[in-house]
Amino acid sequence: MPTTLVIGYGNPGRLDDGLGPALADRLEALGIPGVTVDSDYQLTVEDAAAVAQHDVVVFADAHVSCDPPFSFTRMEPDPGGILSFSSHHAEPEAVLALAKEAFGKTPAAFALGIRGYEFNEFGEQLSESARRNLDAALEFLVPRLQNQLILSEEEV
Amino acid sequence: MADLKKITIEPVTRVEGHGKVTILLDENNKVKQARLHIVEFRGFERFIQGRPFWEAPVAVQRLCGICPVSHHLAAAKAMDWIVSGENLTPTAEKMRRLMHYGQTYQSHALHFFHLVSPDLLFGFDADPAIRNVIGVAQKFPELAVQGVMMRKYGQEIIKATAGKKIHGTGAIPGGINKNLSLAERDGFLADLDQHMEWARGSLKIAKDYTVEHLETLAPFGSFDSNHLSIVREDGAMDLYNGKLRAIDKDGNKIFDMVDNFKYHETIAEEVRDWSYMKFPFIRSLGPQDGWYRVGPLARINTCDFIDTPEAEAARKEFMAVTAGKPNNITMAYHWARMIELLHAAEKIKELLHDPDLQGTDLVVRGDRREEGIGIIEAPRGTLFHHYKVNEDDQITMCNLIVSTTSNNEPMNRAVQKVAEDHISGIPEVTEGLLNRVEVAIRAYDPCLSCATHAMGQMPLSVKLVDADGNVLSERSKG
Repeated sequence: MPTTLVIGYGNPGRLDDGLGPALADRLEALGIPGVTVDSDYQLTVEDAAAVAQHDVVVFADAHVSCDPPFSFTRMEPDPGGILSFSSHHAEPEAVLALAKEAFGKTPAAFALGIRGYEFNEFGEQLSESARRNLDAALEFLVPRLQNQLILSEEEV
Repeated sequence: MADLKKITIEPVTRVEGHGKVTILLDENNKVKQARLHIVEFRGFERFIQGRPFWEAPVAVQRLCGICPVSHHLAAAKAMDWIVSGENLTPTAEKMRRLMHYGQTYQSHALHFFHLVSPDLLFGFDADPAIRNVIGVAQKFPELAVQGVMMRKYGQEIIKATAGKKIHGTGAIPGGINKNLSLAERDGFLADLDQHMEWARGSLKIAKDYTVEHLETLAPFGSFDSNHLSIVREDGAMDLYNGKLRAIDKDGNKIFDMVDNFKYHETIAEEVRDWSYMKFPFIRSLGPQDGWYRVGPLARINTCDFIDTPEAEAARKEFMAVTAGKPNNITMAYHWARMIELLHAAEKIKELLHDPDLQGTDLVVRGDRREEGIGIIEAPRGTLFHHYKVNEDDQITMCNLIVSTTSNNEPMNRAVQKVAEDHISGIPEVTEGLLNRVEVAIRAYDPCLSCATHAMGQMPLSVKLVDADGNVLSERSKG
């Protein structure tokens, strides 16, 4: 059975930025066999170790500008997503690149961007529109994970 | 101002939380002034008002995705005063300390291997395409794996002590809500020797680099300053608990053993019209002379000794470079940070062998109070949390001073110094010049990410703009 890792990331204290962790919470509650769910404020280098241990990886995050309800795209390793100024945050392509270079593994990887709308205040709830988009993203993702279907961006 | 040109370095994150460096040039392209603009978290102190005090240690973790554990522990320490005072059970205090040393270990390792090592291994002027952690992974794969595994180890300690990797609930007002199981302890002990070895190796890289390049690094973004931290009552470095000490550039004490509840008698905060951030200063010296540095460099300078043997030996070597006087070299932050990394590893070892971690007396209760202050040495420096709570258990006042705020003025000084030394006379933003400004800021490991992180981030961009707003030169990275 192929192993799948879903990482939902973002800050649940910043309104729709919490879409990634919210998706992770709901997925984890389903306990789908072969699927590991992780959640964090942002991606960092140690995620490369977990990424390298799976066959398929889905990076789930809020998206500021995609067409609603969500975008689903294939990702390839790219070191360009490493920020150098001060942030400890890394882009998913860079985490994939680190998994490739440091651990010799390149799983099939996808970005699930869930459209959010409100980010600029403190608050621990999703906007109504974001919540609907989260439901749509789960409707898309869950059956594919349950049935071990090969994920493809063309299906979206 | 009419004759000034501006160089702007602006990493624009998705919504807010971005930092921007503006370097003002005069008509001769000489640096007139440098400013680091940081959009600090806004509205949190209002957001927390009205909420029950026991929620604070969890709610404050929303402040920042980089250092949630520091806010968790500082808030819990403040709320200890509301319910019990500062004396916790041995199990509670040691579990919190393990959590804190675990986060210090992972934070320092991440900063060093992810952000700093590419500059040290490839040089400031190396091609940005290879001067990053992926470049390190390609040329020095064992170091890249080491950095990842060190970060992971610290994160696992946080998970075991805080309950979860994010939104930890471990520290509660008056104590802790779990102990460390024997299975968890044995898991960490199994990897400990490897991590001790890695910590020693990391320290060696930072020390050797600094000593070998001392002539170049000593003036780089450097200046004399005051230094501030908490220290234990016997003068030892203590990252979790202590009293406030500030020293001047020569090591003379400005104040010492100041009780946490009197922080506002010694430190004031100034607001400037060009920045959202506050500028804290030592009250007795005033805003002009009272600014100070916090973080690893300040802590090594302020403490009398470190109470773990290997880190103490390293501290003595460090202090010998400046003949026992405070080290004011900005780039020495990296060496100091790696001394603390080894100290954290030693402390983790000490704690894992302490049976109190398996104790079951987790919480104390005492006299109810209406005010609580928690001060902790976060990886980036001293962090202050101050709350007032009404009789209905609601928070009515919150004041936070985060470490990056305290280092605000020093970072401005560092940028100005680098700009004066490297940018004056060159009216073009080159990659090398940009990176030198970044390197100076990076030494402080500032946390500019009290912001959101989602897809759609924009790259770092640099603009050279004249007094009329015309863009003379522009460069982006990322």
